[in-house]
Amino acid sequence: MSETLLEVTDLKKYYSSSKGMFKKFGDAVKAVDGVSFTIEKGEVFGLVGESGSGKSTIGKTILRLHDKTDGEVKYKGKDVFSLSKKELRHLRVETQLVFQDPFSSLNPRIRVGDAIGEAMVEHGLVSKQEVRERVLEVMEKCGLSPFHIDRYPHEFSGGQRQRIVIARAMALNPEFIVMDEPVAALDVSIQAQIINLFSDLQRENGLSYLFISHDLSVVEHLCTKIAIMYLGNIVEQASKEELFKNPMHPYTKALLSAVPIPDPTAKRERIILKGDIPSPINPPSGCKFRTRCPMATDLCAEKIPDYHDAGGGHFVACHYV
Amino acid sequence: MNEMLLEVNHLQTHFYTENGVVKAVNDVSFAIREGETVCIVGESGCGKSITALSLMQLIPENGKVEAGEIHFAGQDLLRLSKKDIRRLRGNEIGMIFQEPMTSLNPVFTIGEQMIEPLQEHLLLSKKDAYKKAMALITMLGIPNAEKIVNLYPHELSGGMLQRIMIAIALSCNPKLIIADEPTTALDVTIQAQILDMLREIKQEFNTSILLITHDLGVVAEMADYVVVMYAGKVVEEGPVLELFANPQHPYTKGLLKAKPVIGERKDRLYTIAGQVPNLVDLQEACYFADRCEHAMDICRMKQPALTTMANGQKAACWLYEEGENR
Repeated sequence: MSETLLEVTDLKKYYSSSKGMFKKFGDAVKAVDGVSFTIEKGEVFGLVGESGSGKSTIGKTILRLHDKTDGEVKYKGKDVFSLSKKELRHLRVETQLVFQDPFSSLNPRIRVGDAIGEAMVEHGLVSKQEVRERVLEVMEKCGLSPFHIDRYPHEFSGGQRQRIVIARAMALNPEFIVMDEPVAALDVSIQAQIINLFSDLQRENGLSYLFISHDLSVVEHLCTKIAIMYLGNIVEQASKEELFKNPMHPYTKALLSAVPIPDPTAKRERIILKGDIPSPINPPSGCKFRTRCPMATDLCAEKIPDYHDAGGGHFVACHYV
Repeated sequence: MNEMLLEVNHLQTHFYTENGVVKAVNDVSFAIREGETVCIVGESGCGKSITALSLMQLIPENGKVEAGEIHFAGQDLLRLSKKDIRRLRGNEIGMIFQEPMTSLNPVFTIGEQMIEPLQEHLLLSKKDAYKKAMALITMLGIPNAEKIVNLYPHELSGGMLQRIMIAIALSCNPKLIIADEPTTALDVTIQAQILDMLREIKQEFNTSILLITHDLGVVAEMADYVVVMYAGKVVEEGPVLELFANPQHPYTKGLLKAKPVIGERKDRLYTIAGQVPNLVDLQEACYFADRCEHAMDICRMKQPALTTMANGQKAACWLYEEGENR
């Protein structure tokens, strides 16, 4: 029986756009507007969406890097937002983050070895004497050479820096890693190396990932379960096999058809969406996707569609599915 | 067959840096016919953008086009005066860059930036230029043209700005559009819109397009002819169907295999080991040799030349060299 690691229920995160000194709260930006999902132990959960869909906000909120507006986040059955200081420190060891940009994730004045080892010492996982040995071990796992240990980040290429960031996260033996677009800044040939590293680490250590990405082909390769976001909501969620075989939401269908396929002979029906993503400050009424949806009706403007199970754990939020 | 519009021969662009000379574009040749889309594909640092900038002579100050010829519609661009080149840019050759946000001037309205080339190159009056700008916006399927011309760039989304950039590039009816990663900064659904727009333009006006990209998916959808670059050199080129069906150079093969493709599940992705060489101290060798699984002794000693295959495809690889060249 699989074990639930993370349970997110109706999570909301609004940012207030402050308007001057006296009027403290302007219109709220509803970055995440009622999102629920669960991640099982050992699962790679893909969160897909375009810019402004709220996917990165979710990643930061569930790790309590900033406050929530409403809803609940439970990690191993405990509410993340009511942890004691000590428990929170423990959470910081078990959960890790890897960001998109390996250039700004590393302090340019700290040697690679120190960057990887710092947190281990800080959290008292190893003594100062053992730390170097342990750092070398982690570096090897992540495909870095021992002589890299005393170098500075600027001496590395983007792909290698991402390896350093991953090594830093792996040093604490985490159970759960939030990956926020970790390969988006890398070239194809390097991207493949890093993706393989993710699979290896996940398999060898039984890790769980929340993998945030805009790239459906990468998500398909890596993830077991996938959720599609649009303007702060999950519009569809299913297992990888089900989602790619039987996409139900019109947005998912359009998204899938828009990904360029590297095969000039591929023939397929392309759904080209009209217009741009609306502003999250003032989203459309009813179904937020209706302004771009090729099938929208009056009902879609009036009523917010239920996020319901369309069979076999395939969740979708659309009136016509 | 259509007439040749642009012919680049043995182009060399070098940068002079503290660490030494960087041969960013190292003996690159290719050609574009009228109404044809040629894609230059490669990873960061392979020289694809500098090739495009060299055509327009817009390379940064520490760089210089050292050798080569660029024939465009009967004239050698490298021999033109600065004034003549200015007359070409934005007129006969339109350009679209990766970042629409930084390509437009934030303190002028969209309308002001659109009419400038029209007044400059087509010598239209301000009123006529405005009319033409409005017509272009409408033609590209952007609603509310009257409202948009009075907005500033920050008031528009990235996708919208890129459409405006395309409108500006198109405004003087160019023969060639150079698009440098035009959709890289955009979301997939917006990318689909922009690519669709470029395809329509090509069909309607028979405009040639030089598309620079790192995305093989975009290449497969847009290109008639593909040029693959690595470390400043062309390693392979050919018509799009042949190149994807039958890639010759190990680098092209590797790129195609390394990219995850929707619907093709693999346990592991193919990887090209190592990384791109440092362009400062390149020795006489195949620059891909260190990462190539077929590397032979000769690959580390001598640079392979671009060789034409039986089907017209070209590749620079010792695997395909015969007899005395070796």
